[in-house]
Amino acid sequence: MRLGEFARSAGRTAKAPATTLALLVSPQIAWAQAAATSAADRLAVAPGGYVPMKPTTGIGMPVPGGIGLQTQFSPLGHYARWLHDGPLMWLSVIISALVLGLLLLVVIRYNSRANPVASKTSHNTLIEIIWTLVPVLILVGVAVPSIDLLAKQFKSPPAKTLTIKATGNQWFWTYSYPDNGGFEVVSNMLPDAEAVKRGEPGQLAADFRMVVPVGEPIRMQITGSDVIHSFAVPSLWFKLDGVPGRINEKVMFVEKPGVYYGQCSELCGARHGYMPIAVEALPRPQYNAWVLTQSGGKIDGAPEPAPAATSVAAPAAATPAAAASAVPAATPAASATPAPKA
Amino acid sequence: MATTADQFQAHDDAHGHDHHDHDHKPGFFARWFMSTNHKDIGTLYLIFAVFAGVVGGAISGLMRLELAHPGIQYLGKIATFFGAVNPTFDQTLHTWNALISAHGLIMVFFMVMPAMIGGFGNWFVPLMIGAPDMAFPRMNNISFWLTFAGFCSLMTSAFLPGGTGIGAGTGWTVYAPLSTSGSPGPAVDFAIFALHLAGAGSIMGAINFITTIFNLRAPGMTLHKMPLFVWSELVTAFLLLLALPVLAAAITMLITDRNFGTTFFDQAGGGDPVLYQHLFWFFGHPEVYIMILPGFGMVSQIVSTFSKKPVFGYLGMAYAMVAIGVVGFVVWAHHMYTTGLSVNTKMYFTAATMVIAVPTGIKIFSWIATMWGGSLEFKSPLVWAMGMIFLFTVGGVTGVVLSNGGVDDVLHDTYYVVAHFHYVLSMGAVFSIFAGFYYWFPKMSGRMHSEFLAHVHFWLTFVGVNVIFFPQHFLGLQGMPRRIPDYALAYEKWNTLSSEVGYTTVGVGVIVFFLNIGWSLIAGKKAEGNYWGPHATTLEWTLSSPPPFHQYETLPVIDDKGHH
Repeated sequence: MRLGEFARSAGRTAKAPATTLALLVSPQIAWAQAAATSAADRLAVAPGGYVPMKPTTGIGMPVPGGIGLQTQFSPLGHYARWLHDGPLMWLSVIISALVLGLLLLVVIRYNSRANPVASKTSHNTLIEIIWTLVPVLILVGVAVPSIDLLAKQFKSPPAKTLTIKATGNQWFWTYSYPDNGGFEVVSNMLPDAEAVKRGEPGQLAADFRMVVPVGEPIRMQITGSDVIHSFAVPSLWFKLDGVPGRINEKVMFVEKPGVYYGQCSELCGARHGYMPIAVEALPRPQYNAWVLTQSGGKIDGAPEPAPAATSVAAPAAATPAAAASAVPAATPAASATPAPKA
Repeated sequence: MATTADQFQAHDDAHGHDHHDHDHKPGFFARWFMSTNHKDIGTLYLIFAVFAGVVGGAISGLMRLELAHPGIQYLGKIATFFGAVNPTFDQTLHTWNALISAHGLIMVFFMVMPAMIGGFGNWFVPLMIGAPDMAFPRMNNISFWLTFAGFCSLMTSAFLPGGTGIGAGTGWTVYAPLSTSGSPGPAVDFAIFALHLAGAGSIMGAINFITTIFNLRAPGMTLHKMPLFVWSELVTAFLLLLALPVLAAAITMLITDRNFGTTFFDQAGGGDPVLYQHLFWFFGHPEVYIMILPGFGMVSQIVSTFSKKPVFGYLGMAYAMVAIGVVGFVVWAHHMYTTGLSVNTKMYFTAATMVIAVPTGIKIFSWIATMWGGSLEFKSPLVWAMGMIFLFTVGGVTGVVLSNGGVDDVLHDTYYVVAHFHYVLSMGAVFSIFAGFYYWFPKMSGRMHSEFLAHVHFWLTFVGVNVIFFPQHFLGLQGMPRRIPDYALAYEKWNTLSSEVGYTTVGVGVIVFFLNIGWSLIAGKKAEGNYWGPHATTLEWTLSSPPPFHQYETLPVIDDKGHH
């Protein structure tokens, strides 16, 4: 977020109550739509296989000189960003300014030249009660959206949700797709020169990305194979530790196709700074096409490929639907949320 | 407690006469290496803290140098300095982790704590309550030397193999399994042992302070008449006493996991890596209040003195610190929001953490109310204290932001957190240390410092720390993880500003600080007993500067009208 945009987001908080209401319902809307569309789209396969997507500068990655949160691409990301940029940011600015203002006022009014004789006041029960109770009330006010956000973040996804497991290793990520045949993607950092050649940001680009479908909840399972790592993607409001011996679970939801970068966020040894996370979100048909390029990859819910004929027919039958549904699959989720700033 | 002082007086009458050697000081070695005098031990602690602060600050200089621009420029040379021969890329990167770990451990355990508790606490708790010395003078001595030994152990670890490279690269939090199976080699053992030694020293110090404050107060010095600085040290001592044993247990389990085949934190043997984090932060969160509460106490004394007014809301101020101490023990898991806590746990810790803002707010507002209606003299201690009040507020409000478990999902382990805790510690704690230093330096040394240089020092530091740390909020919001030696190009602007402008400015400020000390020790004006004037009302101002080697041979009596 640049300065100008900060000012705009400041103006946005004026209509905070309305925005809150919209946000309170938006995640359910998004998931409901995802469920409705999925029946038709889940099996679709886009023609032409898979070509790694070029990232859009400034989207899903930090902006040079940026001063605010990255643009969000998930419903809960919008809600959380509103909570941060709105109530929390304003509370911080107002309290800091209040204290600074009072200190400056004291400097001006009560320096020894302006006020040679000090008062002897040392108690005032009323004001002490006020400055105890008012912060309590403010914090209760902040706690309401805060607790609500937590409750939403922990809402269980529908039973038939795609599961992807990310494992942190020293020092790379592996992504396995149990619902798509159980294949595994090993993801290492691209050297800076190679990243630049491919039009990707250095330190953030990976040789193989974690590809996910757009517009539907994804059950992310995170673990670590050696020490603790942390799977983090700032633009998807996602961070969860990969702890050896545990599987942590959290729902990821990507509204728009794109490439979203993150980095390991728990100190994990020498190359801690060199194990980036690159998430590529694709519409279902393209995602399915990517799945089929992976060795052992199969489409979740597709008929078992036992008879040789159907295994070829299934993708072929789905192809006509793919071109039509590819774009709409992503848009409903995006429009259900209050205009993200791009 | 009312009879305590009388009991002490009786005790003093019976046994005190062999101490009546007035200002006779022992020889150099006996005085400084076998000291039982609270003021000498306090001086040792302060000199040690300054030394450790220079080491820790130099390490942060190396870190800012490396971070000034993307790429790895200096780490290889630094690795070579610590004994690596033709370091590989991984060994070079390991050096980065060793630097950040050492910076954190030194600043927390060997700079802030020794300065606040061992240094100012030792010097001024007995003076302010009218006690001739600490309750257990010999234990006081061993507390210091254990801390010193801990520092030596930590310094040794920097030159030993620590797994991938030289030194302990675990972070100051020493999380398992990176600190167990992830880091073979003796460096981590030495770093952990450093914490054992410093921790044992601090526990003994805490026992000493609690006993001293409960039993050695002068006649009439009831708990509710104690200066707030003494209150702050009392609460701090309780936090140390309750929190440090938990750390000791946790790191002892690390040692046995590393060396003796136990699996407390190893899932393969039925242990749990997250258990370590619970234990560490059960200590670690009170620890952050341990580092700031004595600063609260000092700021209260200073604001009152230079406003020429008593502290506003004395009881509220004292019990706000007690409340911070109590609540500080039940919020630890807000450091662990991303470890996979359940929704109810996250909700509880979010709400509980926010509660801390209330007593903290009481303190901030009471300081301002103390100044309100006052007749302010902008001497250097007040200027540093006012700087602390503002910067601590900024660090406090970002703390409220971070307390939100749902928001923390994006901020956790980013530079936003680094900015937050440097605002509360490297500005809150360190500014109050400098405030206390300029307030009491003439009392301790007998020489006045230069007020001009102290103000120059303040402004350089104030501007410098803000240039270093404010942009780090931006980096964190943009997603830059902490503890990485290299970063994406987009993060360069603020890192360069932080390193090249911010760190340099603070560095010049530190030079001014040492010039000031050197100048005043050589040529400073002799300090009167009460050089800040009649509005400095606590008992240390009734004594000469420096105070006699043994003070209060006749106990001061605090009358009923006496004000805190």
